[in-house]
Amino acid sequence: MKKLLLGDEAIALGAIHAGLGGVYAYPGTPSTEITEFIQADATARERGVHSRWCTNEKTAMEAALGMSYAGRRALVCMKHVGMNVAADAFVNSAITGVNGGLVVVAADDPSMHSSQNEQDSRFYGAFAMVPIMEPSNQQEAYDMMQSAFELSESLREPVVLRVVTRLAHSRAAVEVHEPAAMQNLGICQERWVLLPGIARTRYAALINKQADMQAASQESIYNRLECGGGSLGIIACGIGYNYVKEAIGDKANILKVSHYPLPESAIHSLAAKSDAIIVVEDGQPVVEQQVKSMLGAEYPLKGRLTGDLPRAGELTPDNVAKALGVEQKPTLAPSAIVAPRPPQLCQGCGHRDVYTALNQVLATYPDYRIFGDIGCYTLGALPPFKALASCVDMGASITMAKGAADAGFFPSVAIIGDSTFTHSGMTGLLDAVNDKSNITVVISDNLTTGMTGGQDSAGTSKFEAICVALGVEPEHVRVVVPLPKNMEEIKQILKEEIDYPGVSVVIPRRECIQTAARKAREARKAKENAK
Amino acid sequence: MKIDIILCGVGGQGILSIATIIGEAATKAGLNLKQAEVHGMSQRGGDVQSHLRLSDEVIYSDLIAQGGADMIISMEPMESLRYLPYLAMDGKIVTGSEPFVNIPNYPEMASVQQELAALPAVDIMDIDAVAKSVGNPRGANMVLLGMAARHIQILSVQELKDAIRTIFSRKGEAVVEANLKAFQAGFDGVDN
Repeated sequence: MKKLLLGDEAIALGAIHAGLGGVYAYPGTPSTEITEFIQADATARERGVHSRWCTNEKTAMEAALGMSYAGRRALVCMKHVGMNVAADAFVNSAITGVNGGLVVVAADDPSMHSSQNEQDSRFYGAFAMVPIMEPSNQQEAYDMMQSAFELSESLREPVVLRVVTRLAHSRAAVEVHEPAAMQNLGICQERWVLLPGIARTRYAALINKQADMQAASQESIYNRLECGGGSLGIIACGIGYNYVKEAIGDKANILKVSHYPLPESAIHSLAAKSDAIIVVEDGQPVVEQQVKSMLGAEYPLKGRLTGDLPRAGELTPDNVAKALGVEQKPTLAPSAIVAPRPPQLCQGCGHRDVYTALNQVLATYPDYRIFGDIGCYTLGALPPFKALASCVDMGASITMAKGAADAGFFPSVAIIGDSTFTHSGMTGLLDAVNDKSNITVVISDNLTTGMTGGQDSAGTSKFEAICVALGVEPEHVRVVVPLPKNMEEIKQILKEEIDYPGVSVVIPRRECIQTAARKAREARKAKENAK
Repeated sequence: MKIDIILCGVGGQGILSIATIIGEAATKAGLNLKQAEVHGMSQRGGDVQSHLRLSDEVIYSDLIAQGGADMIISMEPMESLRYLPYLAMDGKIVTGSEPFVNIPNYPEMASVQQELAALPAVDIMDIDAVAKSVGNPRGANMVLLGMAARHIQILSVQELKDAIRTIFSRKGEAVVEANLKAFQAGFDGVDN
């Protein structure tokens, strides 16, 4: 049977059909739809597949490792920068090894469509010394889930599945099969205690497995050498393969790579057939660097490092065709009058009222800084608010405000969303409390994870209790309702708390207008159906 | 046979529904299809676009090459101009005529109209007014799909109508009929 699926949905369905026990994830573009699909899927629901959102990527990775220990197949999904948050657990999961199959999906975002960098998760896979799979299309994304779980169980190591935005968020028809039964290998009889003496043994075992990983890559159905002739050999990784085929068809020697570590003998045979090799890979020049060290500095190698492909930004059919010397079609000139249309906070959004109040209150001080965080409210950096001094990583608003306050700067204000606060803001708030830092933290609570489309937020209804439990004085945890009619009250409270010389928290709380509208629609529909 | 389409507009205008309907029709017709879109931050009132490729042969790339799009289907006139470098030299633009102004520096409408008039093949219509006139004020995107339908030769009008029926069926017969009416009004409007 064929189904029209996003790359993300193909991963999700592939995992369910491979007998998944649970998915653990924190929302992040372009990975969010994987978990959402599993949450809504009838088979997954019937089987009781775990799919509730986690507080952050590290808790997700650890819970998945626990499920694997208990013998079930577990999936972890995150956007590329989530790998930084999960890294401690991820890298060490290669040392412990796994029991039930464990697949870590990292969704990279070259060109930064919705991200703050374009780090390449294949570095993480190589760093942890585990296999990586990188589908070139939606069908492979589906098929690879079965393969990745099997590989993970045969090697007893986690496997990374790396996708990029253009596959995650592109639809195509996928041939799907009947779901396999849920796996249960039973609870692990080993102990995964990484004390140094044990960890040394496990690390040696991981090193010993590298030959098996290389053999699996050589034999992988996802890697193949297509011999179409010509003197320029092409190594086409992941979706880079599609752009190569689009440009050049069958008229070249193409090594398709979708399974790492790199298949070494295939690379040597391509090199022997060719006068030069070009590496076409989306993201950073990971393969280009590895091939360079394999073939030696003398071998003519082209790619992103040599400028034949752009050093930054995603691959496109255009830059790949150009790099391959294929003639491109004539184009119309870009319009000179088209104006940029940047994203903006919705009309009627509570974050707008928060920024209006903050800007007005802080304008009365000689100088001030608002340290921002990651979410819809990052758009407060843009006109008309231009409110933010920084936005770096999840939770950094609170800790950067603290550091600035430690340096004697006043007023130092942090703004963070509810979901980002529980993801990575709570520990920083504890640091500030312990240091009695002179900061005001605004937790702009819209009762959801807004930017990724309105997923449940881990701390909903718990924020005052969390702040007080972390040691913020109860009288300096203030709640307001961000509406224009409350503006004077909000400003008064902000002013009082900014002037309080210690840690204060102001929680403007009003539901995201998008999720509120969606709930109203659903309620209306339920009422109609009840009639 | 193949067709490569850029679908565009402003976040929330309903271009992804157009993509879903064409996708449904193409899948049912047994065509190959790829449809790439960008989610996330850009949906908040920013420009949105989707690359939609249909063919009876294998499609490799999820993205359309510059100079390769047979058609730009746009909810909004300035947005249709944003993707000109993607349009084939003899490509077609099908666009709504009414500007969506949510930025302070939206260009003069006269210059937008002038640029569109200078292009070889443009169908332009007040899709909002047409949608209202058939009693479906939220159906401007279906009017636009109707306008585009006669240029999507790889799919028949009936196949597109069937897809509208399938996609909206869970919302009830009234919604299906309203959207079919908007589609038909867009299709007929091009004739005049």
